[in-house]
Amino acid sequence: MNNILEVQNINKSYKDFSLKNVSFELKEGYIMGFIGPNGAGKTTVIKLIMNLIKKDSGSIKVFGKDHIKNEKEIKDRIGFVYDDNCYYEEFKLYEIKRIIAPFYSKWNDDLFNKYIRQFELPLDKKLKKLSKGMKMKFSIAMALSHDPDLIIMDEPTAGLDPVFRAELLELLLELMQNENKSIFFSSHITSDLDKIADYITFIYDGEILFSRTKDEISESYGIVKGANELLNEEIKKSFIHCTQSPYGFEALTMDIPKIRQEFGDSVIIERPSLQDIMVHMHMARRQAGNE
Amino acid sequence: MMKIILSNSSDKPIYEQIVEQIRSQILYGELSEGTQLPSIRKLAQELRISVITTKRAYEELEREKLIETVAGKGSFVASQNKELMREKKLAEIENKLSEAIKDSKLLNMTLDDLIEILRFLYEEDKDE
Repeated sequence: MNNILEVQNINKSYKDFSLKNVSFELKEGYIMGFIGPNGAGKTTVIKLIMNLIKKDSGSIKVFGKDHIKNEKEIKDRIGFVYDDNCYYEEFKLYEIKRIIAPFYSKWNDDLFNKYIRQFELPLDKKLKKLSKGMKMKFSIAMALSHDPDLIIMDEPTAGLDPVFRAELLELLLELMQNENKSIFFSSHITSDLDKIADYITFIYDGEILFSRTKDEISESYGIVKGANELLNEEIKKSFIHCTQSPYGFEALTMDIPKIRQEFGDSVIIERPSLQDIMVHMHMARRQAGNE
Repeated sequence: MMKIILSNSSDKPIYEQIVEQIRSQILYGELSEGTQLPSIRKLAQELRISVITTKRAYEELEREKLIETVAGKGSFVASQNKELMREKKLAEIENKLSEAIKDSKLLNMTLDDLIEILRFLYEEDKDE
């Protein structure tokens, strides 16, 4: 199977933040969610992929080709949704479309009009008159209208209400019926979009903590809940992180068999949500940093 | 029509829930031989889950020879050897009984208690 996106050993240093050996890959026909807390480096990685900033070292390939040498050809096949609006605010929507469309060899006006109708966007209004959600919808319509093979979205659900998030989900699922399409999206809130993601890449403080199929993640991690008196130093070693209240503990583990063997039915083991994993890993790191 | 109900709170992986439900519908004849199943992408869309999950479920059903995938045409309920079918059903019954046994042990029931219940239920069903 072809890698549609290949990021290898990317480094990028700023004064107070750096990306450290960031690597991951996305196969054709699948969806990857790129998650992590605010400031973890998601937008930096996306900007590097789009060649909006320069990397210090490492390589990025899109559609199997170097992202800088083949920038024009690659971008013709990418639909990019920014988290911030990137168009000139004083222009009306139809004017923006008229400016942008000629850049794409496969721009499709019928497709554009379909999305405009579907999202109920007012073409003769200035962009600045639109609400945040409407701006995001316009950005998505613009990104999809040239029938891209890879869709990259930076925080696409930020500022969207649950109804539109559901609509967006439907739309993406429909696109994915074509097995040559791939989607890469970032998110700091684990959202409804994660449900349909095949792969999850978790970035924390400039480092990739894991990049795996979502099924592997939900099967290898477990949330353990039980009474405080069950805890001892030995068992705590099988926890990534553990929180306690006066009434019991809750811990994240990657060693479900051991916990089952040790505690049997005296604890509850649940499948963690991505949010559970994100929060426990964050607290574990913070704890380690304080010690 | 295929029925699939997924639970997010179950500790069973999603792909396993799909396999179990399709398997039991095939074994009990609710999905008959030759019935076409939705494509993995269609099923993922309809259940709003990842393609990898539905793919894994179909691969498992193929391994168990319950479905067959014909390139370019799709996946179909495989024809079942009668004897094999009976064996698989027996295995299912054994599984269910094992579960009942496990539960009964939690209540400290004896084998005789359990047999008593089984006999009662068996006879009752016959009367209907």
